[in-house]
Amino acid sequence: MISLRNIVVTFGLGTPLETQALRSVDLDIEKGEFVTVIGSNGAGKSTLLNVLSGEVLADSGHLQIDNEELTRRPTHARANLVARVFQDPLAGTCEQLTIEENLALASARGRRRSLRRALNPQLRERFREQLERLGLGLEDRLGDRMGLLSGGQRQAVSLLMASLQPARILLLDEHTAALDPKTAAFVLQLSNEIIHEHHLTTLMVTHSMRQALDVGTRTVMMHQGRIIFDVAGKERRGLDVPDLLALFEKRQGETLSDDSLLLSG
Amino acid sequence: MNQIALLGALESGLVFGLVAFGVFISFRILQFPDLTVDGSFPLGAAVSATLIVGGHDPWLATGIAALAGGAAGLVTAWLNVRLKILHLLASILTMIALYSVNLRIMGKPNVALLGEETLLTPFESGSLPYYVTTPMVFAVIVLLILVALVAFLYSETGLAMRATGANPRMARSHGIHTGRMVLLGMALSNALVAIAGALFAQSQGSADVTMGVGVIVIGLASVIGGEAVMSTRTMLLSIIACLVGAILYRLAIATALNLDLLGMKAQDLNLVTAVLVTAAIVFPGMKRSLKGVFARGDSP
Repeated sequence: MISLRNIVVTFGLGTPLETQALRSVDLDIEKGEFVTVIGSNGAGKSTLLNVLSGEVLADSGHLQIDNEELTRRPTHARANLVARVFQDPLAGTCEQLTIEENLALASARGRRRSLRRALNPQLRERFREQLERLGLGLEDRLGDRMGLLSGGQRQAVSLLMASLQPARILLLDEHTAALDPKTAAFVLQLSNEIIHEHHLTTLMVTHSMRQALDVGTRTVMMHQGRIIFDVAGKERRGLDVPDLLALFEKRQGETLSDDSLLLSG
Repeated sequence: MNQIALLGALESGLVFGLVAFGVFISFRILQFPDLTVDGSFPLGAAVSATLIVGGHDPWLATGIAALAGGAAGLVTAWLNVRLKILHLLASILTMIALYSVNLRIMGKPNVALLGEETLLTPFESGSLPYYVTTPMVFAVIVLLILVALVAFLYSETGLAMRATGANPRMARSHGIHTGRMVLLGMALSNALVAIAGALFAQSQGSADVTMGVGVIVIGLASVIGGEAVMSTRTMLLSIIACLVGAILYRLAIATALNLDLLGMKAQDLNLVTAVLVTAAIVFPGMKRSLKGVFARGDSP
Protein backbone atom coordinates (compact mmCIF):
# COMPACT_ATOMS: atom_id res chain seq x y z
CA MET A 1 0.00 0.00 0.00
CA ILE A 2 1.14 3.52 -0.81
CA SER A 3 0.54 6.18 1.77
CA LEU A 4 1.11 9.93 1.59
CA ARG A 5 0.68 11.90 4.83
CA ASN A 6 0.66 15.70 5.07
CA ILE A 7 2.86 16.08 2.02
CA VAL A 8 3.89 19.72 1.55
CA VAL A 9 5.99 20.96 -1.37
CA THR A 10 6.96 24.60 -1.76
CA PHE A 11 8.93 25.86 -4.74
CA GLY A 12 11.21 28.88 -4.46
CA LEU A 13 10.91 29.14 -0.69
CA GLY A 14 11.76 32.64 0.51
CA THR A 15 11.78 34.17 -2.97
CA PRO A 16 9.13 36.41 -4.56
CA LEU A 17 8.17 33.44 -6.74
CA GLU A 18 7.37 31.21 -3.76
CA THR A 19 4.52 28.83 -4.62
CA GLN A 20 2.95 26.05 -2.62
CA ALA A 21 2.66 23.25 -5.13
CA LEU A 22 1.23 20.80 -2.59
CA ARG A 23 -0.45 21.89 0.65
CA SER A 24 -0.87 18.97 2.97
CA VAL A 25 -1.83 16.12 0.67
CA ASP A 26 -3.09 12.87 2.20
CA LEU A 27 -3.63 9.90 -0.06
CA ASP A 28 -3.73 6.13 0.42
CA ILE A 29 -3.57 3.85 -2.58
CA GLU A 30 -4.40 0.18 -2.08
CA LYS A 31 -2.59 -2.58 -3.92
CA GLY A 32 -4.11 -3.12 -7.35
CA GLU A 33 -5.89 0.21 -7.49
CA PHE A 34 -5.75 2.31 -10.68
CA VAL A 35 -6.08 5.95 -9.67
CA THR A 36 -6.63 8.69 -12.24
CA VAL A 37 -5.69 12.22 -11.22
CA ILE A 38 -7.26 15.32 -12.77
CA GLY A 39 -6.98 19.02 -12.11
CA SER A 40 -6.26 22.31 -13.84
CA ASN A 41 -2.80 23.60 -14.62
CA GLY A 42 -0.90 24.28 -11.43
CA ALA A 43 -3.20 22.07 -9.37
CA GLY A 44 -0.26 19.97 -8.23
CA LYS A 45 -0.82 16.81 -10.29
CA SER A 46 2.69 16.66 -11.70
CA THR A 47 4.24 17.58 -8.34
CA LEU A 48 2.32 14.74 -6.70
CA LEU A 49 3.71 12.38 -9.33
CA ASN A 50 7.22 13.77 -8.90
CA VAL A 51 7.00 13.29 -5.13
CA LEU A 52 6.15 9.63 -5.72
CA SER A 53 8.98 9.17 -8.25
CA GLY A 54 11.53 11.08 -6.16
CA GLU A 55 12.28 13.86 -8.68
CA VAL A 56 10.83 16.25 -6.09
CA LEU A 57 11.36 15.61 -2.37
CA ALA A 58 8.61 16.71 0.01
CA ASP A 59 9.43 19.58 2.39
CA SER A 60 7.41 17.90 5.10
CA GLY A 61 5.14 14.90 5.53
CA HIS A 62 5.73 11.22 4.93
CA LEU A 63 5.64 8.93 1.92
CA GLN A 64 5.60 5.19 2.47
CA ILE A 65 5.29 2.23 0.15
CA ASP A 66 4.47 -0.99 2.00
CA ASN A 67 5.66 0.64 5.24
CA GLU A 68 9.00 1.53 3.70
CA GLU A 69 9.85 5.18 4.36
CA LEU A 70 10.65 6.85 1.02
CA THR A 71 10.22 10.54 1.81
CA ARG A 72 13.90 11.51 1.47
CA ARG A 73 15.02 8.77 -0.89
CA PRO A 74 16.28 9.97 -4.31
CA THR A 75 14.80 8.72 -7.59
CA HIS A 76 17.46 6.19 -8.49
CA ALA A 77 17.32 4.55 -5.07
CA ARG A 78 13.58 3.91 -5.28
CA ALA A 79 13.46 2.79 -8.90
CA ASN A 80 12.98 -0.79 -7.71
CA LEU A 81 9.58 0.29 -6.36
CA VAL A 82 8.47 2.93 -8.85
CA ALA A 83 8.12 2.67 -12.64
CA ARG A 84 7.33 5.71 -14.71
CA VAL A 85 6.19 6.74 -18.19
CA PHE A 86 6.80 10.39 -19.06
CA GLN A 87 4.50 12.77 -20.92
CA ASP A 88 7.12 13.58 -23.54
CA PRO A 89 7.84 10.50 -25.69
CA LEU A 90 11.42 11.78 -26.04
CA ALA A 91 11.91 11.84 -22.27
CA GLY A 92 11.18 8.21 -21.52
CA THR A 93 13.69 6.66 -23.89
CA CYS A 94 17.24 7.31 -25.02
CA GLU A 95 17.30 8.22 -28.68
CA GLN A 96 21.04 7.62 -29.07
CA LEU A 97 20.71 4.04 -27.86
CA THR A 98 19.18 1.19 -29.82
CA ILE A 99 15.77 -0.27 -29.03
CA GLU A 100 17.32 -3.34 -27.43
CA GLU A 101 19.73 -1.21 -25.38
CA ASN A 102 16.83 0.85 -24.05
CA LEU A 103 15.02 -2.34 -23.07
CA ALA A 104 18.20 -3.72 -21.48
CA LEU A 105 18.52 -0.56 -19.39
CA ALA A 106 14.95 -0.98 -18.22
CA SER A 107 15.30 -4.68 -17.50
CA ALA A 108 18.02 -3.83 -14.96
CA ARG A 109 15.85 -1.26 -13.18
CA GLY A 110 16.23 -1.44 -9.45
CA ARG A 111 19.13 -3.89 -9.37
CA ARG A 112 22.89 -3.56 -9.31
CA ARG A 113 24.50 -3.13 -12.69
CA SER A 114 27.48 -5.38 -13.32
CA LEU A 115 30.32 -5.40 -15.83
CA ARG A 116 28.70 -8.25 -17.72
CA ARG A 117 27.45 -7.64 -21.23
CA ALA A 118 24.20 -5.72 -21.14
CA LEU A 119 22.71 -7.83 -23.94
CA ASN A 120 22.68 -11.57 -24.56
CA PRO A 121 20.68 -13.94 -26.78
CA GLN A 122 18.16 -14.82 -24.03
CA LEU A 123 17.42 -11.16 -23.35
CA ARG A 124 17.08 -10.42 -27.06
CA GLU A 125 14.61 -13.29 -27.40
CA ARG A 126 12.62 -11.96 -24.44
CA PHE A 127 12.57 -8.43 -25.92
CA ARG A 128 11.51 -9.76 -29.32
CA GLU A 129 8.54 -11.55 -27.76
CA GLN A 130 7.56 -8.46 -25.78
CA LEU A 131 7.82 -6.19 -28.82
CA GLU A 132 5.80 -8.58 -30.97
CA ARG A 133 2.67 -7.97 -28.90
CA LEU A 134 2.80 -4.27 -29.74
CA GLY A 135 2.06 -5.18 -33.36
CA LEU A 136 4.30 -2.38 -34.59
CA GLY A 137 6.89 -4.56 -36.29
CA LEU A 138 9.55 -3.42 -33.84
CA GLU A 139 10.58 -7.01 -33.06
CA ASP A 140 12.63 -6.99 -36.28
CA ARG A 141 14.29 -3.68 -35.49
CA LEU A 142 16.01 -4.43 -32.16
CA GLY A 143 19.27 -2.86 -33.34
CA ASP A 144 17.70 0.37 -34.65
CA ARG A 145 18.30 3.59 -32.80
CA MET A 146 15.36 4.74 -30.69
CA GLY A 147 15.52 8.14 -32.42
CA LEU A 148 14.21 6.55 -35.62
CA LEU A 149 10.86 5.72 -34.01
CA SER A 150 7.73 7.89 -34.00
CA GLY A 151 6.36 9.43 -30.81
CA GLY A 152 3.66 6.79 -30.48
CA GLN A 153 6.09 3.94 -31.05
CA ARG A 154 8.45 5.38 -28.46
CA GLN A 155 5.64 5.76 -25.94
CA ALA A 156 4.60 2.14 -26.52
CA VAL A 157 8.21 1.04 -25.92
CA SER A 158 8.33 3.23 -22.78
CA LEU A 159 5.31 1.35 -21.43
CA LEU A 160 6.99 -1.94 -22.18
CA MET A 161 10.13 -0.71 -20.43
CA ALA A 162 8.14 0.24 -17.35
CA SER A 163 6.71 -3.26 -17.13
CA LEU A 164 9.89 -5.30 -17.68
CA GLN A 165 10.75 -5.29 -13.98
CA PRO A 166 8.25 -5.55 -11.14
CA ALA A 167 7.25 -2.30 -9.41
CA ARG A 168 4.92 -1.43 -6.55
CA ILE A 169 3.48 1.49 -8.47
CA LEU A 170 3.35 2.58 -12.09
CA LEU A 171 3.24 6.33 -12.70
CA LEU A 172 1.72 7.55 -15.97
CA ASP A 173 2.25 11.27 -16.50
CA GLU A 174 -0.24 12.41 -19.15
CA HIS A 175 1.49 9.83 -21.27
CA THR A 176 -0.97 10.10 -24.15
CA ALA A 177 -1.20 13.91 -24.21
CA ALA A 178 1.52 14.43 -26.83
CA LEU A 179 0.08 11.87 -29.26
CA ASP A 180 -2.51 12.13 -32.03
CA PRO A 181 -5.97 10.78 -31.03
CA LYS A 182 -5.61 7.44 -32.79
CA THR A 183 -2.16 6.75 -31.35
CA ALA A 184 -3.30 8.00 -27.95
CA ALA A 185 -6.13 5.46 -27.97
CA PHE A 186 -3.70 2.69 -28.90
CA VAL A 187 -1.25 3.63 -26.12
CA LEU A 188 -4.08 3.89 -23.58
CA GLN A 189 -5.39 0.46 -24.62
CA LEU A 190 -1.89 -0.96 -24.30
CA SER A 191 -1.50 0.63 -20.85
CA ASN A 192 -4.73 -1.03 -19.73
CA GLU A 193 -3.57 -4.41 -20.99
CA ILE A 194 -0.20 -4.19 -19.30
CA ILE A 195 -1.69 -2.94 -16.02
CA HIS A 196 -4.18 -5.80 -15.91
CA GLU A 197 -1.70 -8.42 -16.94
CA HIS A 198 0.84 -7.47 -14.25
CA HIS A 199 -1.79 -6.40 -11.66
CA LEU A 200 0.00 -3.07 -11.38
CA THR A 201 -0.97 -0.45 -8.86
CA THR A 202 -1.19 2.65 -11.03
CA LEU A 203 -1.43 6.40 -10.73
CA MET A 204 -2.26 8.20 -13.97
CA VAL A 205 -2.26 11.96 -14.36
CA THR A 206 -4.50 13.19 -17.16
CA HIS A 207 -5.87 16.42 -18.55
CA SER A 208 -9.03 14.81 -19.82
CA MET A 209 -12.02 14.26 -17.52
CA ARG A 210 -13.37 11.78 -20.03
CA GLN A 211 -10.23 9.67 -19.81
CA ALA A 212 -10.13 9.99 -16.03
CA LEU A 213 -13.56 8.36 -15.75
CA ASP A 214 -13.18 5.85 -18.58
CA VAL A 215 -10.11 4.09 -17.25
CA GLY A 216 -9.06 3.11 -13.76
CA THR A 217 -10.89 2.26 -10.57
CA ARG A 218 -10.69 5.54 -8.69
CA THR A 219 -10.54 9.25 -9.57
CA VAL A 220 -8.89 12.02 -7.59
CA MET A 221 -9.31 15.70 -8.40
CA MET A 222 -6.74 18.27 -7.32
CA HIS A 223 -7.06 22.02 -7.02
CA GLN A 224 -4.49 24.54 -5.78
CA GLY A 225 -2.27 21.93 -4.20
CA ARG A 226 -5.02 19.98 -2.46
CA ILE A 227 -7.08 16.91 -3.16
CA ILE A 228 -10.62 18.25 -3.36
CA PHE A 229 -12.39 15.01 -4.04
CA ASP A 230 -11.79 11.36 -4.36
CA VAL A 231 -14.33 8.93 -5.83
CA ALA A 232 -14.25 5.17 -6.37
CA GLY A 233 -16.55 2.20 -6.81
CA LYS A 234 -20.27 2.61 -7.36
CA GLU A 235 -20.30 6.36 -6.86
CA ARG A 236 -17.67 6.75 -9.57
CA ARG A 237 -19.38 4.43 -12.07
CA GLY A 238 -22.43 6.67 -12.08
CA LEU A 239 -20.43 9.82 -12.81
CA ASP A 240 -20.18 11.67 -16.07
CA VAL A 241 -18.10 14.70 -17.02
CA PRO A 242 -20.84 17.26 -16.10
CA ASP A 243 -21.23 15.53 -12.71
CA LEU A 244 -17.51 15.92 -12.13
CA LEU A 245 -17.72 19.62 -12.89
CA ALA A 246 -20.73 19.99 -10.57
CA LEU A 247 -18.88 18.10 -7.86
CA PHE A 248 -15.94 20.39 -8.30
CA GLU A 249 -18.12 23.46 -7.88
CA LYS A 250 -19.81 22.06 -4.81
CA ARG A 251 -16.56 21.20 -3.06
CA GLN A 252 -14.90 24.43 -3.96
CA GLY A 253 -17.92 26.59 -3.30
CA GLU A 254 -17.02 28.70 -6.28
CA THR A 255 -18.06 29.04 -9.88
CA LEU A 256 -15.80 27.46 -12.43
CA SER A 257 -13.37 29.83 -14.02
CA ASP A 258 -12.39 29.60 -17.66
CA ASP A 259 -9.23 27.91 -16.57
CA SER A 260 -11.10 25.11 -14.87
CA LEU A 261 -13.33 24.64 -17.88
CA LEU A 262 -10.28 23.69 -19.88
CA LEU A 263 -10.45 20.45 -17.97
CA SER A 264 -13.42 19.11 -19.82
CA GLY A 265 -11.48 19.01 -23.10
CA MET B 1 57.81 12.22 -45.78
CA ASN B 2 60.42 9.67 -44.81
CA GLN B 3 59.82 6.46 -42.94
CA ILE B 4 60.98 7.82 -39.58
CA ALA B 5 58.60 10.77 -39.78
CA LEU B 6 55.74 8.47 -40.82
CA LEU B 7 56.35 6.07 -37.94
CA GLY B 8 56.77 9.01 -35.59
CA ALA B 9 53.35 10.33 -36.63
CA LEU B 10 51.88 6.85 -36.12
CA GLU B 11 53.47 6.67 -32.68
CA SER B 12 52.07 9.97 -31.45
CA GLY B 13 48.78 9.19 -33.22
CA LEU B 14 48.49 6.08 -31.06
CA VAL B 15 49.25 8.07 -27.91
CA PHE B 16 46.70 10.73 -28.80
CA GLY B 17 44.25 7.97 -29.66
CA LEU B 18 44.10 7.37 -25.90
CA VAL B 19 43.44 11.08 -25.39
CA ALA B 20 40.66 10.84 -27.99
CA PHE B 21 39.11 7.88 -26.10
CA GLY B 22 39.10 10.03 -22.96
CA VAL B 23 37.63 13.03 -24.76
CA PHE B 24 35.00 10.78 -26.35
CA ILE B 25 33.90 9.58 -22.91
CA SER B 26 33.59 13.08 -21.45
CA PHE B 27 32.34 15.12 -24.42
CA ARG B 28 30.33 12.52 -26.29
CA ILE B 29 29.12 9.98 -23.78
CA LEU B 30 28.66 12.13 -20.69
CA GLN B 31 28.06 15.42 -22.58
CA PHE B 32 30.57 16.92 -20.14
CA PRO B 33 32.93 19.42 -21.83
CA ASP B 34 36.05 18.60 -19.84
CA LEU B 35 39.24 20.67 -20.04
CA THR B 36 40.89 18.78 -17.16
CA VAL B 37 42.67 16.91 -19.95
CA ASP B 38 45.19 19.75 -20.38
CA GLY B 39 46.24 19.08 -16.78
CA SER B 40 45.86 15.32 -16.56
CA PHE B 41 48.06 14.69 -19.62
CA PRO B 42 51.15 16.34 -18.02
CA LEU B 43 50.06 14.85 -14.69
CA GLY B 44 50.45 11.36 -16.15
CA ALA B 45 53.82 12.36 -17.57
CA ALA B 46 54.99 13.95 -14.31
CA VAL B 47 53.94 11.05 -12.10
CA SER B 48 55.42 8.36 -14.33
CA ALA B 49 58.66 10.26 -15.02
CA THR B 50 59.23 11.06 -11.35
CA LEU B 51 58.64 7.44 -10.34
CA ILE B 52 60.86 6.10 -13.13
CA VAL B 53 63.69 8.44 -12.18
CA GLY B 54 63.17 7.26 -8.60
CA GLY B 55 63.99 3.74 -9.77
CA HIS B 56 60.49 2.26 -9.91
CA ASP B 57 59.20 -0.20 -12.47
CA PRO B 58 57.97 1.73 -15.56
CA TRP B 59 54.76 -0.35 -15.84
CA LEU B 60 53.97 0.36 -12.20
CA ALA B 61 54.81 4.03 -12.80
CA THR B 62 52.38 4.13 -15.75
CA GLY B 63 49.70 2.41 -13.66
CA ILE B 64 50.07 4.95 -10.87
CA ALA B 65 49.95 7.75 -13.45
CA ALA B 66 46.59 6.35 -14.56
CA LEU B 67 45.34 6.40 -10.96
CA ALA B 68 46.53 10.00 -10.57
CA GLY B 69 44.67 10.97 -13.76
CA GLY B 70 41.57 9.19 -12.47
CA ALA B 71 41.79 11.19 -9.26
CA ALA B 72 42.01 14.43 -11.26
CA GLY B 73 38.87 13.44 -13.18
CA LEU B 74 37.13 12.66 -9.89
CA VAL B 75 37.94 16.14 -8.58
CA THR B 76 36.37 17.79 -11.64
CA ALA B 77 33.30 15.54 -11.49
CA TRP B 78 32.95 16.12 -7.75
CA LEU B 79 33.09 19.92 -8.20
CA ASN B 80 30.28 19.59 -10.71
CA VAL B 81 28.11 16.86 -9.17
CA ARG B 82 28.43 17.73 -5.49
CA LEU B 83 29.24 21.44 -5.47
CA LYS B 84 27.10 22.17 -8.54
CA ILE B 85 29.81 24.17 -10.29
CA LEU B 86 29.25 24.50 -14.06
CA HIS B 87 31.09 21.58 -15.76
CA LEU B 88 33.30 23.74 -17.97
CA LEU B 89 34.37 25.93 -15.04
CA ALA B 90 34.89 22.92 -12.76
CA SER B 91 37.28 21.42 -15.30
CA ILE B 92 39.17 24.70 -15.74
CA LEU B 93 39.63 24.94 -11.97
CA THR B 94 41.09 21.44 -11.82
CA MET B 95 43.28 22.11 -14.85
CA ILE B 96 44.74 25.26 -13.25
CA ALA B 97 45.27 23.49 -9.93
CA LEU B 98 47.06 20.64 -11.70
CA TYR B 99 49.68 23.03 -13.07
CA SER B 100 50.88 23.62 -9.49
CA VAL B 101 50.43 19.97 -8.58
CA ASN B 102 52.56 18.89 -11.54
CA LEU B 103 55.35 21.31 -10.58
CA ARG B 104 55.22 19.94 -7.03
CA ILE B 105 55.36 16.33 -8.20
CA MET B 106 58.41 16.93 -10.40
CA GLY B 107 59.98 19.52 -8.12
CA LYS B 108 61.06 21.40 -11.24
CA PRO B 109 59.54 22.32 -14.63
CA ASN B 110 60.78 19.17 -16.37
CA VAL B 111 62.24 15.73 -15.74
CA ALA B 112 64.53 14.05 -18.25
CA LEU B 113 64.20 10.32 -18.83
CA LEU B 114 67.29 9.85 -21.00
CA GLY B 115 69.10 6.68 -20.02
CA GLU B 116 66.32 5.64 -17.60
CA GLU B 117 64.59 2.30 -17.73
CA THR B 118 61.21 3.02 -19.42
CA LEU B 119 58.67 0.49 -20.60
CA LEU B 120 60.24 0.81 -24.06
CA THR B 121 63.75 -0.13 -22.91
CA PRO B 122 63.31 -3.96 -23.05
CA PHE B 123 62.32 -3.72 -26.72
CA GLU B 124 65.26 -1.59 -27.77
CA SER B 125 67.88 -4.34 -27.52
CA GLY B 126 66.47 -6.27 -30.53
CA SER B 127 67.41 -5.91 -34.16
CA LEU B 128 64.69 -3.36 -34.93
CA PRO B 129 65.37 0.37 -34.49
CA TYR B 130 63.54 2.33 -31.75
CA TYR B 131 61.34 4.18 -34.23
CA VAL B 132 59.84 0.86 -35.29
CA THR B 133 59.56 -0.83 -31.90
CA THR B 134 58.02 2.17 -30.10
CA PRO B 135 54.90 2.38 -32.32
CA MET B 136 54.62 -1.42 -32.18
CA VAL B 137 54.63 -1.46 -28.37
CA PHE B 138 52.20 1.45 -28.26
CA ALA B 139 49.92 -0.23 -30.81
CA VAL B 140 49.65 -3.32 -28.60
CA ILE B 141 48.93 -1.22 -25.48
CA VAL B 142 46.37 0.98 -27.24
CA LEU B 143 44.58 -1.97 -28.87
CA LEU B 144 44.32 -3.76 -25.51
CA ILE B 145 42.84 -0.62 -23.97
CA LEU B 146 40.48 -0.24 -26.95
CA VAL B 147 39.15 -3.78 -26.52
CA ALA B 148 38.66 -3.31 -22.76
CA LEU B 149 36.96 0.07 -23.27
CA VAL B 150 34.55 -1.26 -25.90
CA ALA B 151 33.70 -4.23 -23.66
CA PHE B 152 33.01 -1.80 -20.83
CA LEU B 153 30.75 0.41 -22.97
CA TYR B 154 28.66 -2.63 -23.93
CA SER B 155 28.39 -3.78 -20.29
CA GLU B 156 25.45 -3.03 -18.01
CA THR B 157 27.45 -0.32 -16.26
CA GLY B 158 28.70 1.10 -19.55
CA LEU B 159 25.15 1.25 -20.87
CA ALA B 160 24.09 3.04 -17.69
CA MET B 161 26.88 5.58 -18.27
CA ARG B 162 25.75 6.18 -21.86
CA ALA B 163 22.16 6.68 -20.69
CA THR B 164 23.36 9.13 -18.03
CA GLY B 165 24.82 11.43 -20.67
CA ALA B 166 22.01 10.99 -23.17
CA ASN B 167 18.98 11.29 -20.87
CA PRO B 168 19.78 11.73 -17.17
CA ARG B 169 16.14 11.98 -16.07
CA MET B 170 15.24 8.73 -17.76
CA ALA B 171 18.42 7.14 -16.39
CA ARG B 172 17.48 8.04 -12.82
CA SER B 173 13.97 6.71 -13.26
CA HIS B 174 15.53 3.36 -14.18
CA GLY B 175 17.59 3.30 -11.01
CA ILE B 176 20.86 4.68 -12.35
CA HIS B 177 22.82 6.80 -9.87
CA THR B 178 23.70 9.47 -12.44
CA GLY B 179 26.05 11.41 -10.15
CA ARG B 180 28.11 8.29 -9.57
CA MET B 181 28.18 7.57 -13.31
CA VAL B 182 29.61 11.04 -13.99
CA LEU B 183 32.29 10.45 -11.33
CA LEU B 184 33.17 7.06 -12.79
CA GLY B 185 33.19 8.29 -16.39
CA MET B 186 35.33 11.33 -15.66
CA ALA B 187 37.80 9.23 -13.69
CA LEU B 188 38.02 6.75 -16.56
CA SER B 189 38.41 9.53 -19.13
CA ASN B 190 41.24 11.28 -17.31
CA ALA B 191 42.95 8.00 -16.40
CA LEU B 192 43.19 7.26 -20.14
CA VAL B 193 44.58 10.74 -20.79
CA ALA B 194 47.14 10.32 -18.01
CA ILE B 195 48.28 6.99 -19.52
CA ALA B 196 48.73 8.86 -22.80
CA GLY B 197 50.83 11.46 -20.95
CA ALA B 198 52.94 8.73 -19.35
CA LEU B 199 53.54 6.99 -22.69
CA PHE B 200 54.32 10.30 -24.38
CA ALA B 201 56.91 11.23 -21.73
CA GLN B 202 58.58 7.82 -22.01
CA SER B 203 58.80 7.94 -25.80
CA GLN B 204 59.93 11.58 -25.91
CA GLY B 205 62.43 11.12 -23.09
CA SER B 206 61.11 13.82 -20.79
CA ALA B 207 58.13 15.16 -18.90
CA ASP B 208 57.45 18.88 -19.05
CA VAL B 209 54.94 20.95 -17.14
CA THR B 210 53.83 22.75 -20.32
CA MET B 211 53.30 19.63 -22.42
CA GLY B 212 49.54 19.66 -21.76
CA VAL B 213 48.77 22.90 -23.53
CA GLY B 214 46.21 22.28 -26.27
CA VAL B 215 45.90 18.54 -25.67
CA ILE B 216 42.12 18.92 -25.33
CA VAL B 217 41.93 20.48 -28.79
CA ILE B 218 43.99 17.66 -30.32
CA GLY B 219 41.70 15.16 -28.60
CA LEU B 220 38.61 16.91 -29.92
CA ALA B 221 40.09 17.24 -33.40
CA SER B 222 40.74 13.49 -33.36
CA VAL B 223 37.19 12.63 -32.26
CA ILE B 224 35.68 14.96 -34.88
CA GLY B 225 38.08 13.86 -37.59
CA GLY B 226 37.31 10.22 -36.94
CA GLU B 227 33.58 10.88 -37.16
CA ALA B 228 34.09 12.73 -40.44
CA VAL B 229 35.94 9.92 -42.19
CA MET B 230 34.03 6.86 -41.06
CA SER B 231 30.68 5.57 -39.85
CA THR B 232 30.10 5.76 -36.12
CA ARG B 233 26.86 3.82 -36.11
CA THR B 234 27.88 1.61 -33.19
CA MET B 235 29.98 2.14 -30.06
CA LEU B 236 32.73 -0.12 -31.45
CA LEU B 237 32.94 1.98 -34.62
CA SER B 238 32.89 5.21 -32.59
CA ILE B 239 35.87 4.13 -30.51
CA ILE B 240 37.79 2.91 -33.57
CA ALA B 241 36.99 6.26 -35.20
CA CYS B 242 38.69 8.08 -32.30
CA LEU B 243 41.90 6.15 -32.92
CA VAL B 244 41.68 6.59 -36.70
CA GLY B 245 41.04 10.31 -36.21
CA ALA B 246 44.06 10.71 -33.93
CA ILE B 247 46.41 8.90 -36.31
CA LEU B 248 45.10 10.83 -39.33
CA TYR B 249 45.49 14.08 -37.43
CA ARG B 250 49.14 13.38 -36.59
CA LEU B 251 49.80 12.23 -40.16
CA ALA B 252 48.23 15.40 -41.53
CA ILE B 253 50.33 17.53 -39.21
CA ALA B 254 53.51 15.66 -40.11
CA THR B 255 52.72 16.00 -43.82
CA ALA B 256 52.01 19.70 -43.54
CA LEU B 257 55.24 20.31 -41.68
CA ASN B 258 57.24 18.17 -44.09
CA LEU B 259 55.85 19.66 -47.26
CA ASP B 260 56.50 23.17 -45.99
CA LEU B 261 52.91 23.78 -47.04
CA LEU B 262 52.03 27.47 -47.44
CA GLY B 263 55.21 28.25 -45.56
CA MET B 264 53.79 26.79 -42.35
CA LYS B 265 56.12 26.07 -39.50
CA ALA B 266 55.89 24.00 -36.32
CA GLN B 267 54.83 27.02 -34.30
CA ASP B 268 51.67 27.36 -36.44
CA LEU B 269 50.42 23.98 -35.24
CA ASN B 270 47.94 25.17 -32.62
CA LEU B 271 46.56 27.89 -34.88
CA VAL B 272 45.99 25.38 -37.69
CA THR B 273 44.36 22.94 -35.25
CA ALA B 274 42.01 25.60 -33.91
CA VAL B 275 41.01 26.61 -37.45
CA LEU B 276 40.44 22.97 -38.47
CA VAL B 277 38.30 22.21 -35.39
CA THR B 278 36.27 25.39 -35.94
CA ALA B 279 35.72 24.44 -39.58
CA ALA B 280 34.61 20.99 -38.54
CA ILE B 281 32.08 22.44 -36.09
CA VAL B 282 30.69 24.96 -38.54
CA PHE B 283 30.86 23.02 -41.77
CA PRO B 284 27.36 21.58 -42.26
CA GLY B 285 28.63 18.40 -43.90
CA MET B 286 30.10 17.53 -40.54
CA LYS B 287 27.15 18.77 -38.54
CA ARG B 288 26.94 15.59 -36.50
CA SER B 289 30.45 16.22 -35.27
CA LEU B 290 30.20 18.76 -32.49
CA LYS B 291 26.49 19.43 -32.44
CA GLY B 292 25.18 18.92 -28.96
CA VAL B 293 28.54 19.18 -27.28
CA PHE B 294 28.24 22.81 -26.38
CA ALA B 295 24.52 23.03 -26.94
CA ARG B 296 23.64 21.68 -23.52
CA GLY B 297 24.46 23.93 -20.63
CA ASP B 298 23.71 21.55 -17.79
CA SER B 299 25.38 18.32 -16.93
CA PRO B 300 23.51 15.18 -15.96
